[in-house]
Amino acid sequence: MELNGGEIIVQFLKDEGVEYIFGYPGGAVLHIYDALFEQEEVKHILVRHEQGAGHAADGYARATGKPGVVLVTSGPGATNAVTGIATAYMDSIPMVIITGQVSTQFIGSDAFQEVDAVGITRPCVKHNFLVKDVHDLAITLKKAFYVASTGRPGPVVVDVPKNVTDPNVRVPYSYPKEISMRSYNPVVKGHPGQIKKAMDLIVSAKRPMIYTGGGVVLGNASESLTELTRQLGYPITNTLMGLGAYPATDPQFVGMLGMHGTYEANMAMHECDVLIAIGARFDDRVTGDIEKFCPDAKIVHVDIDPSSISKNVRVDVPIVGDVNVVLNDMLKELKTSGAKPDAQALKAWWSQIEQWRSKQCLRYDHTSKLIKPQYVLEKLYEITGGDAYITSDVGQHQMWAAQFYKFDKPRRWINSGGLGTMGFGLPAAIGVQLAHLDAPVACVTGEASIQMCIQELSTAMQYMLPIKVINLNNRYMGMVRQWQEFFYDSRYSHSYMDALPDFVKLAESYGHVGMRIEAPGDVEGALKEAFAMKDRLVFLDFITDQAENVYPMIQAGKGHHEMHLAPECAAPQSAERELA
Amino acid sequence: MRHIISVLLENEAGALSRVAGLFSARGYNIESLTVAPTEDASLSRMTIITRGSDEIIEQITKQLNKLVDVVKLVDLTEGTHIEREMMLIKIQAVGGEQRAEIQRMADIFRGRIIDATDATFTIELTGTGDKLDAFIQAMAQGAIMETVRSGVSGIARGSRSLGL
Repeated sequence: MELNGGEIIVQFLKDEGVEYIFGYPGGAVLHIYDALFEQEEVKHILVRHEQGAGHAADGYARATGKPGVVLVTSGPGATNAVTGIATAYMDSIPMVIITGQVSTQFIGSDAFQEVDAVGITRPCVKHNFLVKDVHDLAITLKKAFYVASTGRPGPVVVDVPKNVTDPNVRVPYSYPKEISMRSYNPVVKGHPGQIKKAMDLIVSAKRPMIYTGGGVVLGNASESLTELTRQLGYPITNTLMGLGAYPATDPQFVGMLGMHGTYEANMAMHECDVLIAIGARFDDRVTGDIEKFCPDAKIVHVDIDPSSISKNVRVDVPIVGDVNVVLNDMLKELKTSGAKPDAQALKAWWSQIEQWRSKQCLRYDHTSKLIKPQYVLEKLYEITGGDAYITSDVGQHQMWAAQFYKFDKPRRWINSGGLGTMGFGLPAAIGVQLAHLDAPVACVTGEASIQMCIQELSTAMQYMLPIKVINLNNRYMGMVRQWQEFFYDSRYSHSYMDALPDFVKLAESYGHVGMRIEAPGDVEGALKEAFAMKDRLVFLDFITDQAENVYPMIQAGKGHHEMHLAPECAAPQSAERELA
Repeated sequence: MRHIISVLLENEAGALSRVAGLFSARGYNIESLTVAPTEDASLSRMTIITRGSDEIIEQITKQLNKLVDVVKLVDLTEGTHIEREMMLIKIQAVGGEQRAEIQRMADIFRGRIIDATDATFTIELTGTGDKLDAFIQAMAQGAIMETVRSGVSGIARGSRSLGL
């Protein structure tokens, strides 16, 4: 069949099985938009700002595992999308971003709405392409989807000059089913010798610790991870990106680790003798001071990306491969060898961990007359039965959501971990809700973050997406305020949010339901009421305690064992009284 | 430690900037970089001279391998290898004695005079970087008008080769 460039893009997306594209039209992509008109198979979601398109496609990808697709115009369309692309890049999210470009004859002439999109995005994409000939369009798109979704996933930009989509130039099109690239062959299977070596070390451990990250979620390896962890009976911690990969309500789960991880997770990291790192990248927020990181541990590291191995922390047994394939091979190896962990040592180790756990490091003041943000999240967890999709923005609310919402399933917790992008939550929730139209979706945010992409309330209205916005409104950029309190002598430089809008009226003006909740006694009722409204977006503006801090906390330059605990935990005697 | 990393990459627009961008974004050193198409027009061969600890060199090779355009690479310093650099140097040469002296030095260093005027010689010289440096040292400092160096090209000794 003969198609023009715009039609090739749309037909290709259909053939590739793309359900939604998130975009915003403009001059350079008008031919493509014309091809999108009056067809139903590829549904276009019109955002209100290109950053929102990136995050929405990203949220869709995180919730489904399928690549998210973005379509934006040249120049400002492309630059606005960059934050969304960089966010996806840092968290290894499969995305394909089609950017319009000025016609090939104008490239380099500083034409209207021209920007070097390939150059600007190069440092924050897995790969990018500039298509100069309509004949290359279909195969390039196929390469883009292939690269984005295989190996360590990531965003891929395809820059398409306007003349490549000229409606008058028709060329033969057939969907390229197969693709092979000589320069791109991700390793899937782990080295059998290394796997054997790893399992020998793992079963010999006296104080083992399993530490897993976003790679387990991305690699759809939750089941095999859960199986292996249960067979071994070892404690497990997840990174911020890895939450949900192992059921948080399981007793072997010791909570998140890192800067705001639990006392028991961080202490177990510090004291362990064998660390089993799976699909995690030893990020600085996880390791704390590298010099003090897991001082006694031999480290096994499974990752699909060879460059992740021994990047920040030297490891003893590296295994490069797809985490799910490697985990299944580890399970096989465990079965064949018949080796059993040291039950006695494990018992002693668990009793040590239980002692750490008994500190109840996430305790907070339940007697306050002010709404404690932690309380809102506990109630959110209860009311949604722990089974909602939770997106978040970035800051204190993000950490509290990670600490207090116990994710039992992967792909339920959707947040910007690597780049830490404020403004991510609401557009991401749009993508998640579209992927799961009937599922409860909540965006946990704060009054600072939400304003960075608040325009997407309009998108949510247009597509009738019943997202629940949980706005923890403390009138501060909470995490900035917390750091200023701790490290800058409470000099709250420009972290106070003055002149806030009336969020209830704002939500209503977009056509949504708004609620303001000011007393702890009203939290539960409001949440129940909101989630009962299954066809409406409800914006819940919780006026919370301004002074609340996220604990535990590891300060920069400190090790896992040097946590700053909440006042409720730091004074054990009074804490025990409170428990009694 | 100084390393010579030889990279075979897709001969595509932007491939060079991906490599250069990687080095600057991650704070790696580039001492010299040369690139040109190979006998297979779809491939380019790049030689990068870099310095770093073993950990950094390991990361550099891994990060280079991760670039989608990179087909294969080898750290030539891991085995025996040959490296060569070419220099074109333009020297003031006036008067019989000075001209004879420069010609003698060019002979000693196995250079070739590839252009001459009544006042200048242009010499082509090939060798390791050290040899080229030594030639520059040997010339009277005020006499050098211009030098152009190609950057290092490298190849493994024996039957080992970097190919598809």
